[in-house]
Amino acid sequence: MEPLIAATIGLLTTAGIYLMLRARTFPVILGLTFLSYAVNIFIFVSGRLAVNLPAIIDKAATGYTDPLPQALVLTAIVISFGMTAVLVLMSLGAWLTTGHDRVDLEDSQ
Amino acid sequence: MTLALIAMLPFLGALLPGLTLRAGRGVCASVAAAFTGLALLLLGLQAPAVLRGEVVQSRFDWLPQIGLSANFMLDGLGLLFAGLILGIGLLIILYARFYLLASDPFGRFLTFLMLFQGAMVGIVLSDNILLLLVFWELTSLSSFLLIGFWGHLAEGRQGARMALAVTGCGGLAMIAGLLILGQIAGSYDLSVILTQGEAIRASDWYLPALVLILLGCFAKSAQFPFHFWLPHAMAAPTPVSAYLHSATMVKAGIFLMARLWPVLAGTPEWFWTVTTAGLVTLLIGAKTALFKDDLKAILAYSTVSHLGLITMLLGLGTKAAATVAVFHIFNHATFKAALFMAAGIVDHAAHTRDIRRLGGLRHLMPITATIVAIAALSMAGIPPLNGFLSKEMMLEEVVHTPYLTPWLLAALVTVASMTSVAYCFRLIAHGFLGPARHDYPHHPHDPGFGMWAAPALLAALVVLIGLMPMTFAGWLVDAAAGAVTGQPVSVKITHWHGLTVAIGLSVVAVAGGALALRLHAPIRRMWEAVPKPDGKATFDALTNELTALARRLTTFGHNGSLSSAIAIGVATIIALGAYAFATGTHSAGTRIATPMNPVALAVWAAVMLATLATLALHRQRLLSLVLVGVIGLLISLGFVWLSAPDLALTQITVEVVTIVLMLLALNFLPKTTPRESSQARRLRDAVIAGAAGIGTAALAYAMMMRDFSFPTISAFHLAQSKPGAGGTNAVNTIIVDFRGYDTFGEIIVLGIAALLIYALVESLLSPGPANDRLLAWRPDQPRAGDRHPMMLVVATRLMLPLAMMVGVYLYLRGHNLPGGGFVAGLVFSIALVMQYMASGYGWTAARLRVDYHALIGLGVLVAAATGIGAWLVGLPFLTSGYDYVDIWPLEEFELATAALFDLGVFLTVLGAVMLALASLSRLSVRAGQTVNTRAYDIEPDGEAK
Repeated sequence: MEPLIAATIGLLTTAGIYLMLRARTFPVILGLTFLSYAVNIFIFVSGRLAVNLPAIIDKAATGYTDPLPQALVLTAIVISFGMTAVLVLMSLGAWLTTGHDRVDLEDSQ
Repeated sequence: MTLALIAMLPFLGALLPGLTLRAGRGVCASVAAAFTGLALLLLGLQAPAVLRGEVVQSRFDWLPQIGLSANFMLDGLGLLFAGLILGIGLLIILYARFYLLASDPFGRFLTFLMLFQGAMVGIVLSDNILLLLVFWELTSLSSFLLIGFWGHLAEGRQGARMALAVTGCGGLAMIAGLLILGQIAGSYDLSVILTQGEAIRASDWYLPALVLILLGCFAKSAQFPFHFWLPHAMAAPTPVSAYLHSATMVKAGIFLMARLWPVLAGTPEWFWTVTTAGLVTLLIGAKTALFKDDLKAILAYSTVSHLGLITMLLGLGTKAAATVAVFHIFNHATFKAALFMAAGIVDHAAHTRDIRRLGGLRHLMPITATIVAIAALSMAGIPPLNGFLSKEMMLEEVVHTPYLTPWLLAALVTVASMTSVAYCFRLIAHGFLGPARHDYPHHPHDPGFGMWAAPALLAALVVLIGLMPMTFAGWLVDAAAGAVTGQPVSVKITHWHGLTVAIGLSVVAVAGGALALRLHAPIRRMWEAVPKPDGKATFDALTNELTALARRLTTFGHNGSLSSAIAIGVATIIALGAYAFATGTHSAGTRIATPMNPVALAVWAAVMLATLATLALHRQRLLSLVLVGVIGLLISLGFVWLSAPDLALTQITVEVVTIVLMLLALNFLPKTTPRESSQARRLRDAVIAGAAGIGTAALAYAMMMRDFSFPTISAFHLAQSKPGAGGTNAVNTIIVDFRGYDTFGEIIVLGIAALLIYALVESLLSPGPANDRLLAWRPDQPRAGDRHPMMLVVATRLMLPLAMMVGVYLYLRGHNLPGGGFVAGLVFSIALVMQYMASGYGWTAARLRVDYHALIGLGVLVAAATGIGAWLVGLPFLTSGYDYVDIWPLEEFELATAALFDLGVFLTVLGAVMLALASLSRLSVRAGQTVNTRAYDIEPDGEAK
């Protein structure tokens, strides 16, 4: 399963960076969302893959997954919502104030 | 303990002016003065012990691992300096109370002044040189605030910047120098370093340490070639000038040279560097002072000159010379502070400080004239005042010190004294003598008692020390000089040493000075005909050059375009990663791969497909948003499969609120992205993104196929989850207990993000282009006829209590099973957002009277209170506790403080998410969205609304 997960992380990163390199705010925000997915999964799998081994303490448990990356990613997911929300509002404000949604003011395409 | 308190008191006093300002300037100044006075009193209580020759110490370990301890010590030198700083500080507060204009922010001034005072006291009381460095930098920063206090004046800003740049750069050199010194001595405590003089002077690192430390001292004490900043710092209000340039800031460098004198002095390197720098500064300062017309500029250059004199005396390296230096530090502080304050009085009274427009003030301002006369005559070295005493002793020293030739030093110093006499006499003659004029910018008169009390007290001290030096200064000089030289000193200060060469030189200086003043006009014409290097011009040219270089470097990598910045950044990371991969060694991983599973394979394929589809279809924004939602949900399925139920819950709920938020925003934004980038640009971006993806995938694969290279701390968390934190869900116990501090910070960040969104919306809704666009906004897509369908309304109403029940359940079980405050907060948010969606903003907001700001604040407060609660039982912040209780008829259950903390998390998350979404809705209302007052568009009884 590891190669597939790695491929997912890679593709999500590619999509994230490609979209972040676009010239309009909305794709950039989508790109950031993709990059957040990739980073969160990356940190999560740094605890290595475990199937059917939740981090719930139980006398009958045969083993546990690594709880630490999970705790870190959990808060990261919530924080990235906050960050996305701020960016969405900023892009909305820029669109309403200036009448366009270009990321770079002087575009040299 | 007392010493730390003395150093702390000014800092504590700095907090109060802001609070007491409304009670009036008098109260405000009295409070600040009370703190300074208390510190002075405590210092005085320590004095008898210090004068007996003891060294008072107080020690606290702060960061013992790096040798940084809050160690304070008080010896004779510290007593002299701390006494000057606090004593003159007290007078400055009194003077400033009457000096500053009603329009000046007095509270801010006092706060800066007290900060500065605390930093200075800290320097002179520090035993640990790392602690000393902290205070040293604090003086640079707080003096920047003081010098630039009148920020509306360009000179004020420039002077402050220059002082900060010069003393700050000197401070950097000083850090390096003192670290080397500490390394040689094997300790960062001065009390140890001072005993290691022999070893330090013999060390190979002596010269680098010496040069670096002297750079710092010279920059701070305005020694040549760094002397140019001091006169420009005169743009500060006069009380600041009087304080900084008499007893404090510029004396810090002198203090450190005196402090390290037993360790560093006595070598040829020290003698030539310090004596020469002092001598050159002495001459340049005295000469320049003679040709200035601004009273404060004359005093500024005379300060430069006197600092040079003291530095030169320290450079000579003999015990007697060091003793004179200490005595002159004291004398200079008294007469120079008095002179600065008097200059400020003249400025206030006559509305000018230009000596060419003054004269005859003796008749109009007799009190000020007397003060200036006493202080200036002392500065000129006229008997019987205190300046005469230290000047005589100084001349006695230089006569016996060969410098290149036996007489050169004495000759140069006599020339400097002559010049000094000339400018002092000029101050009196051109400023105060002669007939009264009729063309002052403002008719001057003496100020009230409050303003002249401080300089008068200092002038009285000048006379008293002059008349009875042994009674008023001898003991202090003994103690301080004893501390500087490390040997007992018993100085004998008298007016008459017999017919010595020194007294002869003194007579020559006074006579020559009087003559120079007589010939002032022709000498000045000569001087002005010669071109001179300008320190400020050089400094400006240098800083401009550096700024331009920095700007070129910045624009090279960052031209303001986000896309190119991201492209450059990502390409750099890829290049570095490729380099590391190409040059390192690698082998296959050792872990056995997790077996495939057909369902997982299907989910994986769906994620990959959806991602590729987003890339292909990203121009259609609504469609790509739907695809992002799909990917998020699929990822949460992945979390379920990979033993992370907590993450799955969080991912799925966050996904919902994120998509709702983006949909709300997309309502206003264009629905499609135009195809703008060229083919080549898209290809370039694809290459960069593709390379980054391949690199990340390879890295992730390599990591997953290897075991941990060292045991992780997760084992500890798993083992301690139940016995330590009282919960069986290790993920939750980490969040609310083991790493509660992180979580605490995170909810604060989340709350700030929500408040930021609120503020952004608030600014968009205030009059401006954004508001105009909103008012003129026309929906660019057809609206639904039935905007609040009955089916949706009924379903969400039914779901509301159920969803809340689920939220409470998730919260309560979070400590032991998947769930917790984060997820519960999100579930609650979704349940509420559904009401907004079904029945509209207006209807819901009228019924949901919850202040989301308050919710965020309450959440942070609950979490903080839980953390602080641990203090009550003597445990560190956020230590959790739990117990099992048995209340009939319930079964035994657990109560944990962590649950209370999790409640704070819950409240903050709920408040933040709702505030963000509700803020966005306010934009829609402004854009003309009808505000519905009823739940449905079509009433169930058949009547349209």
